[in-house]
Formats: sequence, C-alpha cells, structure tokens
Amino acid sequence: MSDMKKLAIIATKGSLDWAYPPFILASTAAALGYDVQIFCTFYGLQLLKKKLNLEVTPLGNPGMPMPLGMDKWFPVALTALPGMQAMMTSMMKKKMASKGVASLEELRELCQEADVKLIACQMTVDLFEMDTSEFIDGVEYAGAAAFFEFAGESDICLYI
Amino acid sequence: MAVEFDQELDASGLNCPLPILRAKKTLAGMESGKVLHIIATDPGSVKDFEAFAKQTGNELLESGEEGGKFQFYIKKT
Repeated sequence: MSDMKKLAIIATKGSLDWAYPPFILASTAAALGYDVQIFCTFYGLQLLKKKLNLEVTPLGNPGMPMPLGMDKWFPVALTALPGMQAMMTSMMKKKMASKGVASLEELRELCQEADVKLIACQMTVDLFEMDTSEFIDGVEYAGAAAFFEFAGESDICLYI
Repeated sequence: MAVEFDQELDASGLNCPLPILRAKKTLAGMESGKVLHIIATDPGSVKDFEAFAKQTGNELLESGEEGGKFQFYIKKT
C-alpha cells in the first residue's frame, strides 16, 4: 500500500456540476492504481447522500452555456424564477446522458468499488445537523488532523 | 490492423472517464499476457489510453482510427 501513489481531494461543493470533478478524478485515479481519499466538507457532504438530489443553477453563473443561446440574451434576474433551477437541472441531466457522460450515482459506485475512501467532515455534519442515516454505507467520520495524515503523504492534493 | 486479441470491449458512445474505467475493470478479469481490444468513440480516449498504459504498466500494442471509431489493443502485464 505504501508504495501506491496517493490522491487526496477535498470536496466542498454540493451542486450537480461541481459534484463531477471529485468523482471523475477519484475513480480514474483509482483505476490508475492510486490510493484515493475524498474528504467531504460543508456542501460537499451532499455527495454522500444515498439519494443524490443535486441541482445546477444558471443563477450567478455567467459561464454556464444555456439552450438557445439564452446565456447571451436571457435577463439574469429571470434565472431566479421558480422552476428555473429544476428545468436547467433536468436539461443538464438529459444532455449528459445523450453525450454518454456517466451519472453521479454510477461514478460514485465505481469509486466505492475501487476502494476510494469517502470521509465526512464531522464538524460540518454536526453544524448542519445532517442525518447520517441518509449517507451511503462505508463513510468514515473525521476531522482536519485526520485529513492531513493522508494528505501530507499524498502525491496530488486537490481542493474542489 | 490485424492484432490478435482475446477479449473485446465496446465503449462506443461512452464519455470520459468511462472507457478507461470499463477497460480497467475488464483487464482486471483477464490473465496476464492476454490482449484486450477496445473500441471507443470519445476522441479524448486517444491520449487517455496512452496515459493509462504508461501509468498502469499494461502495454498498448497498437491503436488507430477505423471508420470513425478508435481502436486500442492493450496487453495485460
């Protein structure tokens, strides 16, 4: 184990788009023979829920391409309308499926099969009063010092 | 391309990182010395399979494009 390369990731975001990088990189690194840990903190805790209900929002995101070139002409204020987020999320998911992009559930499963260790930040679990029975099995609970024990020995360390 | 192979994996239509992950899984179930033929449509897979072979020690015997599809032959070490 000790001669394996190590990848340490801190996942801090809980939106559909931002959930991809940690799972894509972790699963790929594991396939390349890395020992991988993802430390989920703040909104990154959403990545640990059995039922992933993550959404994507165009609100406050000028870089997000929208259908019909809407990102160029659609008034920003209207992206805050009720239903916009759900609509964009469903469009994004359809687009991803049509392009052969894996679902988050599939990528997370591949991570787990490859022994990627998923760690929940105990402090933010308490802070948000998260119900840990909603988390998938195999999650470990730890804090900053435990993260450094692994990250300090890592070859690659990413904050996402 | 007439490389002999023992197993085939069709990753057509799949996008990054699925072709690599599927290949890794298939190779895990193969004996060393056996050759896996992978078919992919993701243009990113060309660089990715080179990098995969380099990092995992499995040998990329041959690769190329045929009829809009990318072909890879990887020998398990």
